Amino acid sequence: QINNNNISESLSQVQHVVLVLSGKGGVGKSTITTELALALRHAGKKVGILDVDLCGPSIPRMLNVGRPDVHQCDSGWVPVYTDAQKSLALMSIGFLLDDPDEAVVWRGPKKTALIGQFVSDVAWGELDVLLVDTPPGTSDEHLAVLENLKKHRVDGAVLVTTPQAVSTGDVRREITFCKKTGVRILGIIENMSGFVCPHCSECSNIFSKGGGEELAKLTGSVFLGAVPLDPLLSASMEEGKDFSQTFPESSTFSAINSISQTLLCSLQAS
Amino acid sequence: MADVPTDAPEHCPGTQSEQAGKSSSCEGCPNQKLCASGATKAADPAIAEIGEKLSTVKHKILVLSGKGGVGKSTFSAHLAHALASDATKEVALLDVDICGPSIPRIMGLEGEQVHQSGSGWSPVYVDDNLAVMSIGFLLSSPDDAVIWRGPKKNGMIKQFLRDVDWGELDYLVVDTPPGTSDEHLSIVQYLSSTHVDGAVIITTPQEVSLQDVRKEIRFCQKVKLPIIGVVENMSGFVCPKCQNTSQIFPPTTGGAEQMCADLNLPLLGKVPLDPRIARSCDEGRSFLAEVPDSPATQIYLDIVKSIQDYCSNHVTDEHKAT
Repeated sequence: QINNNNISESLSQVQHVVLVLSGKGGVGKSTITTELALALRHAGKKVGILDVDLCGPSIPRMLNVGRPDVHQCDSGWVPVYTDAQKSLALMSIGFLLDDPDEAVVWRGPKKTALIGQFVSDVAWGELDVLLVDTPPGTSDEHLAVLENLKKHRVDGAVLVTTPQAVSTGDVRREITFCKKTGVRILGIIENMSGFVCPHCSECSNIFSKGGGEELAKLTGSVFLGAVPLDPLLSASMEEGKDFSQTFPESSTFSAINSISQTLLCSLQAS
Repeated sequence: MADVPTDAPEHCPGTQSEQAGKSSSCEGCPNQKLCASGATKAADPAIAEIGEKLSTVKHKILVLSGKGGVGKSTFSAHLAHALASDATKEVALLDVDICGPSIPRIMGLEGEQVHQSGSGWSPVYVDDNLAVMSIGFLLSSPDDAVIWRGPKKNGMIKQFLRDVDWGELDYLVVDTPPGTSDEHLSIVQYLSSTHVDGAVIITTPQEVSLQDVRKEIRFCQKVKLPIIGVVENMSGFVCPKCQNTSQIFPPTTGGAEQMCADLNLPLLGKVPLDPRIARSCDEGRSFLAEVPDSPATQIYLDIVKSIQDYCSNHVTDEHKAT
């Protein structure tokens, strides 16, 4: 009962909750989460990111927030803000570890317990959108985050895939997961879609092409757009730079920006 | 704690702890007597059975990475292909990625089913000397999601090791999901009564990947799993048109090379990106055979050679020791 009260309180001023999912690892869930958050902030929104990848948290590095201590306040854990305006808030297990190389060797129940706390005890305050970045798969973390968020409200999930069949195959399973658990699919993003050689402008489809769009058609989901492979984007992620500030002219940013606009429209319509 | 049941009362000390059945939180738990009797502290009998079952397997190699999508399954599949190219060797590939099994597609075995035989489940054969087992063979449709929590995944892995009719093998290659959780703890635990040669760690060059891989290395050290070496995958891309190399995933902190130097681990090789690798994987064919001229192919074969050397040297060491 106490738990329930907390959840409604900590998420009471959060307008929309969006999960970023993929059955496959390394397709760019964290990159897309980070970029969507930055693009939404660029559009004047207040954004939060909850990183529930407990064994491999990537978001703190991608946002270059270092490893600050997490503080407590009356209403719970204070998320880490990336800027003075507090327009982008973040919570990740990365902030709770003493040693960044420490392995979190946990089985399911322990992961489930921490995710429960992440959902109920973080004082997000007022947010337009809370993005939840997840680990690959359809297991403990996903069930835990959904069970805990159900008491609030989940707008839906964005699915990330690369164009290869090996990846879309896993994402098909994730779609089944969404259907079984009653999560609306807001759309599919195809990441790592083609690489334009910076020397000769030849486009190579390193991980094939069009798989995400095909999957969207096959499953009757919205195709939100394709994001190309871009070494500048990878480098921004590595250095924790805001890609929307450093390369606002690039086609990669315009792709991300248009995806964030479509997403925002679909959230506001619902 | 690994041994706290999901439905346990709050503050359960764990079924294998010294306090099992004795702590104040055990009061009123229906299993208090069982825990207090000490029966739950005994090791899982399956571990001994698995040790027995796999005593006919000469070498066991785990393919690990903290990070997803760095090429674990691609590497495992091609390691198996390369090892099996010697027709005198019996090779098997086990996929313990329960929620995202990629091996059936990469090995060209989508839609295959496992058959039951007198001595257990029979694996699916790619060649006479290359057997494959994956949960993908147990699903009825490619859309089937395996929405399982830890204990069910562990049960499946136990069955894969104990109930599959592996026969006599020279090599068993185990492909794992990303992370350091149930599947990883289980496979190490279930193999604890047998000899595991070691783990091959796969990473990509960026720090975002390396930071997860360092955790995996820490995991290996914690569970005392030897590390055969590290493979850096997706290491640079040579444009097929102008032949210039681009670092799509830039090694901003020195890549796997620096990490291996820091942690005193052998770097087995750096494999470049090649669109033909991804295509071969999608089509379920070995790119070692499809594109023998790719620079990646030669590097793969060199890496496999180092792994074979490691395994055979290891055996001699052990024989000397005994």
